[in-house]
Amino acid sequence: MAEMVLMRNFGHADSHTLAAYRAHGGYAAWEKARRMEPAELVEVIKASNLRGLGGAGFPTGTKWSFIPKNHTGPVYLVVNADEGEPGTFKDRYLLERDPHALIEGMLIASRAIRSAYGFVYIRGEYVEPWRRFSAAVREAYDAGHLGRGFDVVVHRGAGAYICGEETGLISSLEGKKGWPKVKPPFPAIKGAFGQPTIVNNVETLACVPPIVERGAAWFAGLGTKTQGGTRMYSVSGRVTRPAVYEAPVSVTLRQLIYEHAGGVSGTGRLKAVVPGGGSAAILTADEIDVTMDVDGLKAAGSMIGSAGVIVMDESVSIPEALMVLARFYAHESCGQCTPCRESTGWIYKMVHRIVEGRGHKDDLDTILDVAKRGGGTTICAFYDGAVGPYISYIEKFRSEFEALIPRA
Amino acid sequence: MPKLTINGKEVDVPAGTNLIEAARIAGFDVPHYCYHPALSIAGQCRLCMVDIDKTPRPTIACNTQAADGMVVHTETDRVKETRRSIMEFHLINHPLDCPVCDQAGECFLQIYYMKHGLYDPRMTDEKVHKPKAVPLGPHVMLDAERCILCSRCVRFCDEITGTGELGIFNRGDHSEIGLFPGHDLSNKYSGNVVDICPVGALTDRDFRFKVRVWYLDTAKSICPGCARGCNIDVHVNRRRPHHDGGRRVARLKPRFNTDVNRWWLCDDGRYGFDFVDDPSRIVAPHRRDGRAVTVVSWDEAIADVAAALGRVRADQIGILASPRMSNEDLFALKTLVTTLGITRVAFAVPPAMPGDEDKLLIRADKNPNTRGADLIGLGGDARSLLADARDGRVRCLWVFHHDVFASAWPAADTRAALERLDTLIWSGTNAGATSELAHLVLPSAVWVEREGTFTNFEGRVQRFRTAIEPLGAARPDWAIVGDVLRVRGADPAAPTRAEPWFRRLADAVPAFAGMTYRTIGDAGVMIESAR
Repeated sequence: MAEMVLMRNFGHADSHTLAAYRAHGGYAAWEKARRMEPAELVEVIKASNLRGLGGAGFPTGTKWSFIPKNHTGPVYLVVNADEGEPGTFKDRYLLERDPHALIEGMLIASRAIRSAYGFVYIRGEYVEPWRRFSAAVREAYDAGHLGRGFDVVVHRGAGAYICGEETGLISSLEGKKGWPKVKPPFPAIKGAFGQPTIVNNVETLACVPPIVERGAAWFAGLGTKTQGGTRMYSVSGRVTRPAVYEAPVSVTLRQLIYEHAGGVSGTGRLKAVVPGGGSAAILTADEIDVTMDVDGLKAAGSMIGSAGVIVMDESVSIPEALMVLARFYAHESCGQCTPCRESTGWIYKMVHRIVEGRGHKDDLDTILDVAKRGGGTTICAFYDGAVGPYISYIEKFRSEFEALIPRA
Repeated sequence: MPKLTINGKEVDVPAGTNLIEAARIAGFDVPHYCYHPALSIAGQCRLCMVDIDKTPRPTIACNTQAADGMVVHTETDRVKETRRSIMEFHLINHPLDCPVCDQAGECFLQIYYMKHGLYDPRMTDEKVHKPKAVPLGPHVMLDAERCILCSRCVRFCDEITGTGELGIFNRGDHSEIGLFPGHDLSNKYSGNVVDICPVGALTDRDFRFKVRVWYLDTAKSICPGCARGCNIDVHVNRRRPHHDGGRRVARLKPRFNTDVNRWWLCDDGRYGFDFVDDPSRIVAPHRRDGRAVTVVSWDEAIADVAAALGRVRADQIGILASPRMSNEDLFALKTLVTTLGITRVAFAVPPAMPGDEDKLLIRADKNPNTRGADLIGLGGDARSLLADARDGRVRCLWVFHHDVFASAWPAADTRAALERLDTLIWSGTNAGATSELAHLVLPSAVWVEREGTFTNFEGRVQRFRTAIEPLGAARPDWAIVGDVLRVRGADPAAPTRAEPWFRRLADAVPAFAGMTYRTIGDAGVMIESAR
């Protein structure tokens, strides 16, 4: 098994405490980083090829460099801990088992972007992660890591998937309805409370201390040419050992399923895999020899997203799986942009009808047409993340849908 | 000034102009729902997509600023196809109840469907159902099913009135406009949300189910409700009088004037026209002798006025003009005052209650032409005039429009003054306590029944046009005063139309020098000293 970077502390007793974190070298990276110039830190992260692990895969160092140089007011660091992508449960483990890794990552990031305030937006349903993380924040204050030039506010969400979209999160954090904001302006220019803001995922920031401690070249070397490091894959569904697995981003989907997760359960025969959370296009059993990095899955017509791997064996009904997914997106659409608001509900009704045996022969083409027309027409990526999978489910498993539609 | 190309046409636009406005300047219409020039950018209806060279997909025009060298296309196949799709999305859950919807005929779902939609509907499933006929406040009714969630009304209450009563609740296709708990839409500008609602979701409780909009005629006018002089359109229903119980004025709508009221109108102004068709309207000249009322012809009435003015010395005549009168009326009256040598003249009567005022439009002075009366020189406060009547120094008083009992003065003093007069002449539109005491009552046309100009508090002279015929025998005040001038032989050439009265005013009063009805136009002109 390859080296653990993110889950290195998970096996230690009381790994969530400051004492345990320190005993295993915690906060050494911060001691090193505080003697570095902000620009130097940004360059280190750029060189590490760290890419955002929340879903979009944007190069983290580049994102940090977007903060306007001449800005004199406050700059905010916002941590996206609103982990809600279907099939994803990695940040939860980090918050529960290694909360100080995130705090240390925030401290380093705050120096890089010259921020004095960090907000951690935690998914409302994550009660235990919130407790663990809040306790860690208190410890960090008591130990003097926080409160000396950098303060952290922990904020709990109220249960909306869209608040994981970075500008939806900012709206919610500001006390408004969690509606994504029109861009431009982008958050790095005008984000939370109108100030330049960097929004990073929990796992992304947890990568930062090891990078600072062990060097950009080491981290970059763990991954592929375009993405450094390892990441945490949430593997669920019909596998023998569903769990979070850390692996280099060059790992293949086949390796994850058969080596890490112990192979396919249920019928034992693989039918399909969602490789990167609910918003990723589905892959067939023949498409799993793909590297699980940003560019590998892009080339395969899907996306790594949040690296939530959902495995379906032969017994799973793809139309039913799509119905569940479509219901999720219809329920979670924030309702702001017309195409998403109106057609997520419409598509769900059609898929639901098909699954119930009341489909019409035109329905599949209507769904495909509606899904393809609406793509790229909304404020945020939610809608593309919804209709992209719809298209893949139907195009790759069309006969399964057609079998449910009564012949006239 | 960025120079860009829109549909092959080069156009210079001010820096910061978005592509909807830039296209407008270039002469192209980009369809949109959520964008409104007075409100923040929402970017959520997604209809205003345009193609920009070197941009991979259509982009929303509302949130894209014109840039130098930008090449924009508003009518590519891809843009048209996108619009068609967006129109379909807007309409799948819409009830399509145009036959019973008040917005029909001025609804942008209808207009854009015919222009940019024209697809075959594919939605066969049950539509989403939402609350209907929900009163949001005294003036506005919500039909949430018709709503396209453009959020204009929400932004209006957040950004223009700052009252924040409205929000969008729930998510996805269950989203709906609603009131925050404990609030209702009763701010002083609530009617404006009906204007900016592009569909039939918000309708006017005063107007709904009264008359179809295609039966309405319109005239450009000025709101007479306060000294602001908001520009309005008067919508009148002459073609289907049975549709609204004979009410001729169907509604008032704000008319854009960037220097006066922009897009807005306050509720007091918008709904303040009931007096036009009220049973209290005076429809014929009449004499009163004690309790006996005799309706007379205009010839008799004018002769009566002329005689009354001739029976006493000029210094025993009082004229109480009104800041509700137009510049033309006031100048005709000024001519009478000058030619007859009348010295006891006033126009201002303090209101019983001080008027409310705010920073947006509403002025404490509830008269449309105080500034005009001041400039034309018809005296000022009427307190001494009343005192003169009470002391017998004034024996004949001609009161225009004022109900002096509705003033801050003690009613007993007012009554003593009016009852001591030999002759009280009252000109006005609606009967009241003062007209009840008058020996001679002359019906005036209301502002929508005639044309003229008002001078607002800033000194802007603005025209209002005739929208409907005067009720009964009512006539404009300038016409009545003109008749008196002719009968008295004081001004045989007194004009018989409003416009020449204005020309005389422009020649005589320096503040109005050089103005004509043409130069005033639709937007108004500032008086000399305010220019």
